[in-house]
Amino acid sequence: MTSIRLLSAASTIAVLSIATAAPAMAQTKFEFWYGLSGDLSERVQDMCRGFNESQTDYEIVCVSQENYDNTLQNTIAAYRANKQPTVTQIFDAGTLDLMLSGAYMPIRELMSSNGYEIDWDNYLSGIASYFSTSTGEMLSLPFNNSTAVIYYNTDALAKVGFEGTPSTWEEVETVARAMKDAGYECPIAFDPAGAWQWFEQFEAIHNQPIATKGNGFGGLDAEMVVSQGKFVDQLTWIKKMYDEGIIVHKSKDAGETANDAFVNGKCQITSSSIADHGTFGKQAAEGVHWTNAMLPMWSDTERTNSLVGGASLWTLKGKSEEEYKGAAAFFNYLAQPEQAQTWSTITGYVPVTMAGFEAMKANGFYNEAPNKGRELAVESLTFTPPTENSRGIRLGNYASIRAEMVKTIQDVLFNNAPVLESLQAFDAKGNEILRRFEQTYKGAQLP
Amino acid sequence: MERRAFYRNPVLPWLLIGPQLILVLVFFYWPTSQALYWAFTLEQPWGGGNTWVWLDNFIAIFRDREYWATVARSAFYAICTTGLSMAVALFLACFVDRSLKGTKLFQSVYVWPYAIAAPAAGVAFRFIFAPQSGLIGSINTLWPGIWDPSTNGIHALAMVIICHAWLGIGYNFIFFLAALQMIPRSITEAGAMDGARPLRRMFDLQLPLITPTVFFLLIMNLISSFTDSFGLIDTMTEGGPVGSTEVMVYKIYFDGFKGLDYSGAAAQSIVLMFLVIALTFVQFKWVEKRVHYN
Repeated sequence: MTSIRLLSAASTIAVLSIATAAPAMAQTKFEFWYGLSGDLSERVQDMCRGFNESQTDYEIVCVSQENYDNTLQNTIAAYRANKQPTVTQIFDAGTLDLMLSGAYMPIRELMSSNGYEIDWDNYLSGIASYFSTSTGEMLSLPFNNSTAVIYYNTDALAKVGFEGTPSTWEEVETVARAMKDAGYECPIAFDPAGAWQWFEQFEAIHNQPIATKGNGFGGLDAEMVVSQGKFVDQLTWIKKMYDEGIIVHKSKDAGETANDAFVNGKCQITSSSIADHGTFGKQAAEGVHWTNAMLPMWSDTERTNSLVGGASLWTLKGKSEEEYKGAAAFFNYLAQPEQAQTWSTITGYVPVTMAGFEAMKANGFYNEAPNKGRELAVESLTFTPPTENSRGIRLGNYASIRAEMVKTIQDVLFNNAPVLESLQAFDAKGNEILRRFEQTYKGAQLP
Repeated sequence: MERRAFYRNPVLPWLLIGPQLILVLVFFYWPTSQALYWAFTLEQPWGGGNTWVWLDNFIAIFRDREYWATVARSAFYAICTTGLSMAVALFLACFVDRSLKGTKLFQSVYVWPYAIAAPAAGVAFRFIFAPQSGLIGSINTLWPGIWDPSTNGIHALAMVIICHAWLGIGYNFIFFLAALQMIPRSITEAGAMDGARPLRRMFDLQLPLITPTVFFLLIMNLISSFTDSFGLIDTMTEGGPVGSTEVMVYKIYFDGFKGLDYSGAAAQSIVLMFLVIALTFVQFKWVEKRVHYN
């Protein structure tokens, strides 16, 4: 009795496995891991479905790893166990480790060896430079990219009688003070964890170096120089505004994030990624009207382009010829203008190519709400050709350095630590991290 | 007369302990040896290679003032959570043991917190303690600024300690209650007839009789507070503000997984491992001498 049952179970499994294996024989399957979740993950899945339906040779399997950190950690673990996906999405701060690892296949080589012609010069300069070698060769495909902007509540601006949007920090201060006097409890929402928009972007648009050697593009022996630049004054200003209650601390720990406080109308000004433009549009409470602008400058300075944020797609080594063909076909699919446009339209990320941007502009995409204002991100990214300081940040273990900056800002704000000394300590700590990284990759050359 | 059971078959015992041995080797000794190797090298995260650096990693962490601050914080954390959790659990167990009204109900109710996973509890407590919107945060409307774990490091540390202690109460409670119920009724009754009040009976009779349990729980709690605090801290404070809730195990996670400094993190885990071993050793060597098992 038992043996018959076992036999039937075994044969069922055998039949099933043949049945499921059969259609896959014709196609090459390959995996793509990404770090987006929720609504954005659904959009990626749509895109994968679109690719699978557009052709019959390859089947892409798209797996969400929830967030960027997980994707990086899991990809590393998988790579070390030789179980890596063919394509993976790696965020800005994880770029350098991967570049030095030699674990990837340069995108240019992949595309040309598989017979695809891509116009690499068409990519927005600020975006391309972040994911390129120091000589300008692109290593990965820019995918979901953004930059920081500042968001204003227009009703609050109108109440204090300001026409348009403030474009300098001086104006921001005047407006915010007026808001405080007009009875708004939280003029500016501020989260120290937002070092990306409050610190890195500030340095880029004011053309200030974060580290020597062009923020590390020139070699692994770069040294931190934050305490020698304009950010000292900026942090002093932030501290002053915080003490006067004009900048208000909003964070997950405090019970309400800066973004939530803004869409609920509790805070009137916030700075965040352009990718939040769509979210704000959906989440803004009844009667909350808002707009966005490029990040403010100090009035005596010249604006340079802002830094790109977000992630790019990397092809990993150790896969078969067929899988690479599939990956190349997928990248080619993504690079089609209509795909690029759909992706940017539905997510709020910026179009990564000039052609995509022009096409969207020509369609009138940016002319009306809810998309009006998103074009400012592209304007900010391409404001000037990238300089040494606004090209990107190529520093080892940058996630740790960023975390040190968050601590430094918190220390200044909450514990009244002196600004200059704190930033000097930050530089010293950053240098320690950089030297350790340099030692780990002893003798390695930046590509 | 020798009375020992032994197997004639030399293979069978090995087969019997085999599964357990394999489990221990695969899930403990293998990762530990890997970590030990990494601690003496500089390991590239993507596995491109490594260089042998002898004790450099250890020297680097021992030179780091922040690391020592983390060690001191972990010790403080361990002592506070253990003390708090055990004291409350013992207090509750003594009451439940006295078979007052509703004892049966409380016997099961007090264990519940232990069934909650630390990250889930962390999320719940984050909302409860949130300074600008939470339940506890509402005291800020009475006295503005009196409670703010998002900016005040001391508040943040206190918050995490309370939550960790709360989570452990159920576990400790069950052990204390079981131990208290093992004490023969006649002893407590004899004490009562001699005129000893409940408090006196607790200190002079019950506590000395349950020292083995106290000792066991002390070790379990201390080890757990060194190693299990991660889930709570990651969901509640992520080590902040200004690193004031960064304990050893959280720093290991951050340096290793977020900072991709595998070797530094490996060296720190080795230090933590030896610390826990040493702690247990010390307790068995000295504290246990004061424990009477019979």
